Amino acid sequence: MSVRELTYVEALNEALKEEMRRDGSVVVFGEEVALSGGVYKVTKDLLKEFGPSRVMDTPISEIAIVGAAIGAALNGLRPVAEIMFFDFAGIAFDQIVTHASKIRFTSGGQLKLPLVIRTQYSLGRSYGSQHTQFFAASFLQAPGLKIVLPSTPYDAKGLLKSAIRDDDPVLFIESGALYVNKNYYGYKGAVPQEEYLIPLGKADVKRRGDDVTVVAVSRTVSEAIAASKTLEQEGINAEVVDLRTIQPMDYETVVQSVRKTNRLVIAEDSVKTGGISAEVAAYVAEYALDALEGPIIRVNSPPMPAPQSQPLEKQYMVSAEKIVDAVKKLVK
Amino acid sequence: MKTEVGYALSGEKLLQFFRKMLELRMFEEKVERLYREGKIAGPTHLYIGQEAVAVGVIEALDRDDIIISTYRGHGHGIARGVPMKAVLGEILGRAVGTCKGLGGSMHAPISVEKKILFATAIVGSGIPIAVGVALGFKNRNSRNIAVAFFGDGAVNTGAFHEALNLASVWSLPVLFVCENNLYAMTTAFSRVFAGESIASRASCYGIKAFRVNGNDVVEVYHRTLEATNHIREGGGPAFLECLTYRQKGHGGYDLGTWYRPREELDEWLARDPIELLFNRLKQDGLITEESRKIMEQEIAQELDKVADEVLNSPVADFASLQKYVYSSEA
Repeated sequence: MSVRELTYVEALNEALKEEMRRDGSVVVFGEEVALSGGVYKVTKDLLKEFGPSRVMDTPISEIAIVGAAIGAALNGLRPVAEIMFFDFAGIAFDQIVTHASKIRFTSGGQLKLPLVIRTQYSLGRSYGSQHTQFFAASFLQAPGLKIVLPSTPYDAKGLLKSAIRDDDPVLFIESGALYVNKNYYGYKGAVPQEEYLIPLGKADVKRRGDDVTVVAVSRTVSEAIAASKTLEQEGINAEVVDLRTIQPMDYETVVQSVRKTNRLVIAEDSVKTGGISAEVAAYVAEYALDALEGPIIRVNSPPMPAPQSQPLEKQYMVSAEKIVDAVKKLVK
Repeated sequence: MKTEVGYALSGEKLLQFFRKMLELRMFEEKVERLYREGKIAGPTHLYIGQEAVAVGVIEALDRDDIIISTYRGHGHGIARGVPMKAVLGEILGRAVGTCKGLGGSMHAPISVEKKILFATAIVGSGIPIAVGVALGFKNRNSRNIAVAFFGDGAVNTGAFHEALNLASVWSLPVLFVCENNLYAMTTAFSRVFAGESIASRASCYGIKAFRVNGNDVVEVYHRTLEATNHIREGGGPAFLECLTYRQKGHGGYDLGTWYRPREELDEWLARDPIELLFNRLKQDGLITEESRKIMEQEIAQELDKVADEVLNSPVADFASLQKYVYSSEA
């Protein structure tokens, strides 16, 4: 198998191109996606290759973008709609949560909705409180929706291709930090030339270890990998479990790991209250309490909006150092 | 009958319209009775008074055109030929319902076979969805169109404006049908609407718009054909503002009394769409009081039979519900 290094953005772009070549019903639309190729170039050159009937710029109209994606999916297309910043998904909350996630169920299974809503959260880029929100956990309250959070170029490509082929609505949340920050493990990585798919709903053990399980997702996988390197130097072997998809959630892989390490740290970018980590912790406490030798530690942002100032935002965010500190509380 | 827009309608066709409208009316009267008897749980938004809109628009459509309906959609379903048993079954939450009882009254007209591909319970939200349906048609160069039904309440939502703008910018084959029944719940249209008219809002987006007497099925039918011809010939979206009246309250619980003057109601009852057509047919010698009575008896009998069957039918098995959440679980 021939492997190259691609960035997170390049891998996403390649996934879109491959799926559009494979299936003429795949269309892409959103703000700035066509002529400019996307603010972050994820949709670069799509217009050139696939033309204006399949790649379309929209007005700044998030309700109409997601609504139109739903209608298109009801009528034979496989739309990939882009919401430029995850924050803007709030404007389309009704269409995503009250419509997309419920149309199949509410119709008694008559209708299916093969649509992908791509978006990105930009925590770590000093974009301030209204351009860095990460409220993926809120969407766990909308059964019917699948929620994907890729952490590496390899995962980004394989998961996006699966999401496009999936017959259910998928909220595909990328990390804006992984688009641009070269220091991250997830910024660039090996991606095979050959086609591959990654099934939705399967977590991935990104690093094997016996002493502690660190569950992470999206951007924090890079922090967890960095933390595991520091910990290794101190003789602590962390197992890093990347959730990859939070709906459906692969609880089994998490529990399996915890049964091996008996210790659990969960690091992710939600604010602590009601975040993804709260759900993972609750599950492990409910079904695998006997496996734990100590408390579950959640590493999250504090319950406040993200400050804009770069040094302050840095303190606000989950970091490798914070994960190391948490692990050291458990492994003495 | 020849009209100003130049489409001929045979007496047979007009009688068909009349029977359809009677079906819609009597279906809803049955639903209202069942509601008052406590047999229906949940909101039940009756279509009574607006029959000329559903029948006039839907009779002018092609079989493969796709409709996005609303929570006041029983009439859209019946007009489109969704079996009464399935619509009533849905309203009564039974497994024989269109959505197996998972949707209820507000989603009752949904039918893949009859191309009603959703009915939304959120005011205004179906409009952008219809725009997306139209995108699907345009993408495969189809002559079919998408149709969005919505009420006057929807025209003050962001979804309405975003959807109209996008449909016009992309020149999509979509017909917007606003049923202006003058009330959004208990709030009178005039209290919450700024500007000249709903139709004029559509014109602002460069959309061909018509104001139509929504109680005159013949006019609705003709204007719909004019609008759909415009769309099918590649002219982009079109808009019908159908002026009509919600003769009943907002939902089953609302008797519709305290917030509107009695004179207003009486005035609109005198312009009832069914009586309007009946009088016209009678004048032309196409119908008599007797033949109408026979029609009504036939419909009533069918409705009694359907209601009886539905009331004696089971609800879906709760254990079967999980498979409707994700298609991968089916």
